[in-house]
Amino acid sequence: MSAPILPARNAPILQVRELLMRFGGLTAVNRVSFDAMAGDITAVIGPNGAGKTTVFNLITGFYKPSGGEIVLNGPGGPKPLHATVGHRIAQAGVARTFQNIRLFPGMTVLENLLVAQHNTLQAATFFGIGAAFGLGRYRQAEREAVALARRWLEATRLLDRADDPAGALPYGAQRRLEIARAMCTNPVLLCLDEPAAGLNPRESEELAELIQLIRAQGCSILLIEHDMGVVMRISDRVVVLDHGVKIADGTPAEVRADERVIAAYLGEGDEDDVPAAPVEGAA
Amino acid sequence: MAYALQQLINGVALGMIYGLIAVGYTMVYGIIGMINFAHGDIFMVGAFVSLISFVLLSTGGWAAGPGAVLLVLLISMAITALYGWSVERIAYRPLRGSFRLAPLISAIGMSIVLQNFVQVSQGARAKPIEPIITGSVELWHGNGFAVSVSSMQLVIVVVTLAVLAVFTWMVTRTRLGRAMRACEQDRKMAGLLGIDTDRTISITFVIGAALAAVAGTLYLLRYGLADFFMGFIVGVKAFTAAVLGGVGSLPGALLGGLLIGLIETMWSAYAGQDMFLLRELNPAYKDVAAFAILIATLIFLPSGLLGRAEVEKV
Repeated sequence: MSAPILPARNAPILQVRELLMRFGGLTAVNRVSFDAMAGDITAVIGPNGAGKTTVFNLITGFYKPSGGEIVLNGPGGPKPLHATVGHRIAQAGVARTFQNIRLFPGMTVLENLLVAQHNTLQAATFFGIGAAFGLGRYRQAEREAVALARRWLEATRLLDRADDPAGALPYGAQRRLEIARAMCTNPVLLCLDEPAAGLNPRESEELAELIQLIRAQGCSILLIEHDMGVVMRISDRVVVLDHGVKIADGTPAEVRADERVIAAYLGEGDEDDVPAAPVEGAA
Repeated sequence: MAYALQQLINGVALGMIYGLIAVGYTMVYGIIGMINFAHGDIFMVGAFVSLISFVLLSTGGWAAGPGAVLLVLLISMAITALYGWSVERIAYRPLRGSFRLAPLISAIGMSIVLQNFVQVSQGARAKPIEPIITGSVELWHGNGFAVSVSSMQLVIVVVTLAVLAVFTWMVTRTRLGRAMRACEQDRKMAGLLGIDTDRTISITFVIGAALAAVAGTLYLLRYGLADFFMGFIVGVKAFTAAVLGGVGSLPGALLGGLLIGLIETMWSAYAGQDMFLLRELNPAYKDVAAFAILIATLIFLPSGLLGRAEVEKV
């Protein structure tokens, strides 16, 4: 599959600096900083309400941060995502999936993947104007789009369902399709929000393999996950959030041994050890 | 029997015009969830642009042949599309993300603006044009009553079906249509996949206005009159058609349009005739029939004939 020009490995693809998000009086994300390295799988973990999904929503432009910076070092050079809106974030090379699946249920599996290539297709035919003059180029671009979709359908074992409505697929297949669709935007950074939620152990195993395959294609991955088995096995680096604050950041082994992480998960230890911000119930 | 057949033909031709306008209502509702109450007035603008074009062409010495009609149709589509684009850009886009009623109120305002603009610039009196497409084909002669299809009715049916065929191909087969359907199903997600949703919405308004312009041109040719207030009643009937067919459903819009056209025509044809209960009815109440259907649909079949029932996502 297409290999974007990437920053060298071990250079950060995503730099999050002093990220701050307030909802009225609630501080859901409180001055969080971390790097995601190019070619790495970086996991963001933490108890419910730690602010993980909020961080994702900030990176993908769903929310505008109250403060701080998010910089993507994509193929086009550094791009400040905190000042980029809507569809331009996808064009910069960031794709995401959702905790609750958000496919286009009324469109076929293949159409879901073609919609994701809308940008590439538009650019190939001079934003559709070319369609009026050079139908040949239009058809060729469309064929290339179908070929890319086909490769991801094979990778996610959905090829035989290509013409079914996306809404008719079983749950696990819909999860895989969401990942395939995100990959069809040709991202340099893929953000997965709890991809293993609701999957059985065999399916989670396959998911871990799929994520590693994607990484092998040259796409960096940012992962929110509750399934610690998956996280500890495939992540290169783990960032731990609790109550909107980063409490640990390191390799899986380092994080697992960290007292503050254990305290956050098990509710043990002295209250003072946990830098609790007043954010009960924030996303 | 012959009389009924004749009314059926009349009803279908009228229904096609309603259907064309109803598609515009239903498309906009599908993609941004608002009823564009200015759409009827966009239809009126389309009729006026055609009227002006016809007058200009005939003073320029152009014979009023099929070529002239086609040219006028294209001019009207282009200029009316520009109106549709501007309405969205000025009155709806700044309100996106505002509360749900805001664009609805803004649409009513836009409708008044368009009516008054045309009233001031073109005058308040109804403007006639000379019949351009004349002649008819006699289909059948029975019981001293001739069933005929006028050339105008044929033109209405052929043009509408052709325009809707192109439109359907565009929505189902092209990448633009794919982007439109994606925006309709989940606009935020479409944006996340890199689709410029504002642009897609603009294109939706442009296409809806172009279809309304076709309807406006056909209406002008059929009835020979245009006035600044014509968009109101026709617009509300097309809206009824969209609701009857199921708001958001494109085939539903055409089906609804045909049904409203037929009901209206049949009411005018049979109300007051000397049989059964019909003698109690007044043919002048044909609009009442159309709107009674709107109310009944909203009460008993809120998702319309071909509409999807709203299913709460979990």
